[in-house]
Amino acid sequence: MKRMSLAGDVVSHIALPGLGLAMLFGINPLVGAAAALFLGTILIWHLQKSATLTTDVAIGVIFTAALAIGTVLTPSDDLIEALFGGFQSLSAIWFVAGVAAVSVIVAFVLAFRHQLILSLFSPELAAATSVNVSRLNLYFLLVFSLTVLLGVRFLGALLVGALIIVPAAIGRQLTHTLTAFLITSSVASVLSVLLGLIISRFYPHFTVGQVRLNLALGPAIIAIATILFLLSLLRKKI
Amino acid sequence: MNLLSVKHLSVRLEDRSVVEDLSFELAGGERLSVLGPNGAGKTVLLKALLNLLPYKGEVAWAPHVRIGYVPQKIDADTHLPLTFTDLFRAKCTTLKVSLSELDEIANNVGLTKRILQTPVGHLSGGQFQRGLIGFSLIGSPNVLLMDEPTASVDEPGEEHIYELINRLQTEHNLASIMVSHDLSFVFRYATNVLCLNRQKVCFGSPMEALSPDVLAKLYGESVGLYHHDHHDRLARNKTGAV
Repeated sequence: MKRMSLAGDVVSHIALPGLGLAMLFGINPLVGAAAALFLGTILIWHLQKSATLTTDVAIGVIFTAALAIGTVLTPSDDLIEALFGGFQSLSAIWFVAGVAAVSVIVAFVLAFRHQLILSLFSPELAAATSVNVSRLNLYFLLVFSLTVLLGVRFLGALLVGALIIVPAAIGRQLTHTLTAFLITSSVASVLSVLLGLIISRFYPHFTVGQVRLNLALGPAIIAIATILFLLSLLRKKI
Repeated sequence: MNLLSVKHLSVRLEDRSVVEDLSFELAGGERLSVLGPNGAGKTVLLKALLNLLPYKGEVAWAPHVRIGYVPQKIDADTHLPLTFTDLFRAKCTTLKVSLSELDEIANNVGLTKRILQTPVGHLSGGQFQRGLIGFSLIGSPNVLLMDEPTASVDEPGEEHIYELINRLQTEHNLASIMVSHDLSFVFRYATNVLCLNRQKVCFGSPMEALSPDVLAKLYGESVGLYHHDHHDRLARNKTGAV
């Protein structure tokens, strides 16, 4: 599962070439991101099945290559937005699609949580308990990609992975039990997005002494998440 | 009736031969110990029997066999917010067996409520091992595969774990295949022993199979004969210490 979080983070960066190509050809960036994420997911899934050093190297190469190709492809006007996100108004169709995607993600976690627990603890023990670990990993990566897709327009390809990883780190820091972990990390995630949204909407430019801070949506959300994580280091576990 | 029949089993890992042309059988109620030096292929053998690794040859389990597996070591993240209660429930749900047997299993292996609700990373070696043995018992197995079940337990705790395994096997008439370095355990509890050093070096009852020649072949010339006719006076010798 440690390997999976590395692979998952790489998946989020693979959205960039898709965003870039879509912007280049004037189609919906989310369609491009979805296609790139799907292909990236299948590729990473194949690679991480073999647990060798070469695999880790290959995943690292794919990550940097995706960033480089994405940067080359993305029109320069749109690059900052593709990398770091920005606020976008949602059409009714995308809103409904978003709600459907969230439902799929929640349903997956609920339906497969027991198999995920076993696989997280020990893939070998999970396999000996008749869990198809390879298939579970594929589902996990696909759902991870769907989560990335949901956030990529707001947070950008570089930061979206952080909104998945940082709240989970907060949950792990504060909790002892799985239920408390799931609730805490979800609350941390929602809180980061809400506060980030408010700050970037009402205080997009912040001056601290001589320094003028530019709080766009993506960086604002991740900054809040990071502050919550730092605060979590001070608290005792529940 | 045999529970397991292994014929001409060979396993290669990354172009290296780890187990070669191994054949043996496991009868109902049999307690088979697997002995061998480090790197002899013992863990790989268990994984092949569990179908966790690709292999050549034949591994045929009887249709009614239900396997419980106790792995050697779990590299679990100590920060994981997981308890044995979570793990036990997860296994019950995955195997579609009732949660009602969990209390009895916890009692059987000496897991208190407090231990069951402590994150796995905070448990002592002995508590963790009891948790793994309890985990293996979910789903009413009739064969246990155990890979050095006392590897992470201190010396007095080791004895308790062996006694626990012995009691469970007797009470539930469980057959077992256990990788163990502890020769005193092998002489006390095993009905058969399989000596492995990539290939089969010996097979049979410990008293007959573990001759000085065989032990020397397995572990080198300096190893003497360990077993004693009186079970209660066995010296606790470990192959790693010889």
